[in-house]
Amino acid sequence: MLDQLESGPWPSFVSDMKHQAEVRAKNEAGVQFQIPTDCVDDLLGVLELSYKHGRTHWKHGGIVGVFGYGGGVIGRYCDQPGMFPGVEHFHTMRVNQPAGKYYTTDYLRQLTKLWDMRGSGMTNMHGATGDIILLGTTTPQLEEVFWELTHNLDQDLGGSGSNLRTPADCLGSSRCEYACYDTNALCHFLTNEYQDELHRPAFPYKFKFKLDGCPNGCVASIARSDMSFIGTWKDNIKIDQDAVNKYIENDAAYPANAGAHKGRDWGPFDIQKEVINLCPTGCMKMDGKELKIDNPNCNRCMHCINVMPRALKIGDVRGCSILCGAKAPILDGAQMGSLLVPFVEVNPDNDYEAITEIIENIWDWWMEEGKNRERLGELMMRQGFQKLLEVTGIEPQPQHVQYPRTNPYIFWKEEEVPGGFERDVVEYRKHHLR
Amino acid sequence: MAFISSGYNPAKPMENRITDIGPRHYEEFYPEVIKKNKGKWAHHEILEPGVLVHVSETGDEVYTVRCGGARLMSTTHINEICDIADKHCDGHVRFTTRNNIEFMVDSKDKVEPLKNELKNRKFAGGSFKFPIGGTGAGITNIVHTQGWIHCHTPATDASGTVKATMDVLFDDFQQMRLPAPLRVSMACCLNMCGAVHCSDIAILGYHRKPPMIDHEYLSKICEIPLAIASCPTAAIKPAKVTLADGTEVKSVAVNNERCMFCGNCYTMCPSMPLADTEGDGIVLMAGGKVSNRISDPKFSKVVVAFLPNEMPRWPSMTDAITRMVNAYSNGANKYERLGDWAERIGWEKFFEVCELDFTHHLIDDFRQQAYMSWRQTTNFKF
Repeated sequence: MLDQLESGPWPSFVSDMKHQAEVRAKNEAGVQFQIPTDCVDDLLGVLELSYKHGRTHWKHGGIVGVFGYGGGVIGRYCDQPGMFPGVEHFHTMRVNQPAGKYYTTDYLRQLTKLWDMRGSGMTNMHGATGDIILLGTTTPQLEEVFWELTHNLDQDLGGSGSNLRTPADCLGSSRCEYACYDTNALCHFLTNEYQDELHRPAFPYKFKFKLDGCPNGCVASIARSDMSFIGTWKDNIKIDQDAVNKYIENDAAYPANAGAHKGRDWGPFDIQKEVINLCPTGCMKMDGKELKIDNPNCNRCMHCINVMPRALKIGDVRGCSILCGAKAPILDGAQMGSLLVPFVEVNPDNDYEAITEIIENIWDWWMEEGKNRERLGELMMRQGFQKLLEVTGIEPQPQHVQYPRTNPYIFWKEEEVPGGFERDVVEYRKHHLR
Repeated sequence: MAFISSGYNPAKPMENRITDIGPRHYEEFYPEVIKKNKGKWAHHEILEPGVLVHVSETGDEVYTVRCGGARLMSTTHINEICDIADKHCDGHVRFTTRNNIEFMVDSKDKVEPLKNELKNRKFAGGSFKFPIGGTGAGITNIVHTQGWIHCHTPATDASGTVKATMDVLFDDFQQMRLPAPLRVSMACCLNMCGAVHCSDIAILGYHRKPPMIDHEYLSKICEIPLAIASCPTAAIKPAKVTLADGTEVKSVAVNNERCMFCGNCYTMCPSMPLADTEGDGIVLMAGGKVSNRISDPKFSKVVVAFLPNEMPRWPSMTDAITRMVNAYSNGANKYERLGDWAERIGWEKFFEVCELDFTHHLIDDFRQQAYMSWRQTTNFKF
């Protein structure tokens, strides 16, 4: 059945695997395979069987790993080892990807050479969290791969289990003019600062950092990370009025939305219709040939900047917003990140201390109060947003809510009410007969 | 297959051990033009589908050719990527969050030779190795999970559903004719290790039968209290069970009517498998987004409660997706994301124009948030 996934234009993983199986069988490179040579044939065999049955043939994971680490390796065993001995033990190793996912071919070739010899030669570039996934090796090879990674490639494993998961970022200011901070630098710093939390499970459950350079959100941090760092700015959008007029004049060097709509004839660019009328806060207008932005009323959604990148630029007072508690639906439904810090500086010169202080306060609370397998977002739901503000020492502000509460069931604290909660019912009854 | 030591000594695991070194430093991997112009980029343009130019304040330019790829990738394929990057890109390459491969060059005259190198390479089966596209108002690569290739909880395959879907959406990968970007994501079970719950279109594997209980082994393999606590609807309780041979064992009982088929019990207890040929299949969700552009980020909504697993190409699923993409393409305004379009025309019209059936399964009845999704106005359309 898998053969039928070789046709069609999109790159076929089946063709790639079949080719890989042939390359291993021929072994022209003279690799001294440390796991069964035909493991890729067997991997295709297991998958074909799943296509026939409509069910997976992988067992529940086993507890395997490298000495001293509680994450980075996911045990995996086939439930039909008699039919597919080549993948009887077929564990995954997560390799911590570099920030921004740039590589040199030297590095990638070292990695493929290692994985050809000590693993299946199958990978994911990359896993959903961001790691390079090395897919399939045997238990005795785990320490060997780890040794070679750390000694020869200067490279560590990523996270799995109830750990800090490998942080992931967009490419940030390395190749994007929208980036409000250096995501690669902060991602790399946090990954290294919290190596202990990444490798040794001490948390109630998984914890994810994701870093987006701007509110466009290319790594989806707002939807899928316990702490989401989204670049933003506080001052004014910078306007090049000459460039604005080039867009209005439909100058060919100034295509709307940086050329993203070139595949259909949408008619000539119309700034009123495409920018000003779509501004969610209505804070823009044309004054003759001049574009005016009422900056204090801008919510920095990025639309106008995306449409006219040569004319409009992010402001200069830059930092990030921090949102907390996003997660996928399991168990009690999906949660979107909730804004905790509207603006914080991203300052490498003091080791990002404004950010690490918030992280560590949140972890102290979650590790103390979080139940087994309770994500940060679920703890926030259970104990309330006020508690999150309390443990982080952040003052409540209207930016924290979409709208204020619609019920008056406020849990007043005794110290907030003059005279406290202890009262004398005898004194009360002197004035209010039973 | 003689064992070859890396240098690791199992008798002394701590000897010369290196730990906690983290990833390689990103700066080692930047192409020269990136290193030189980081933080100085002035603007960019998508020159044609899959080809971008970023222009620096210094006047430098970097041209990027973006290619699709299966995230399940062999070392042979990675080595081929390296060969191309060595020949054209001074030995540098990068990957995007959505599993695309980006080849970068520092001048315009290097773009055409690179494109020619990439666009005609094919696998033996006939599919492209490096299709160029995935930019702007089109459909880029699908982020996805493991599926049947390497996971114990999936309700469908990931690589196969993605291949089948990208084959039918391929034209929109290589063009930019949609009203806005359309992001498709795939997760093969509710655990969503690839979070798909905020995608324009989400493909989700789902179970529909309560767990089977392997009574003979359950108490030997599982912590019964953890299995009970794992259930979000309190459907699991302790039970004593008499096996066929008369022995009485401790186990659990499941109240099938309360099961929402999330599989969390199986995650905690391998003696409670859910996988089933007829029970398992596909849920389609639509209308989510993560960008803050124009409107707030939002969750995807369930628009098809269930489609069977139809190996190897899932035609009912790809048909439904194609109908949604076409209806959106025909109906939405420029810059309007799928979810914003559905909200503007009303979800009742969405089902009409996408020719999707509305069934009782699509009305939320899970917990308090359900109430917020019921219609609480007379502003609806017939």
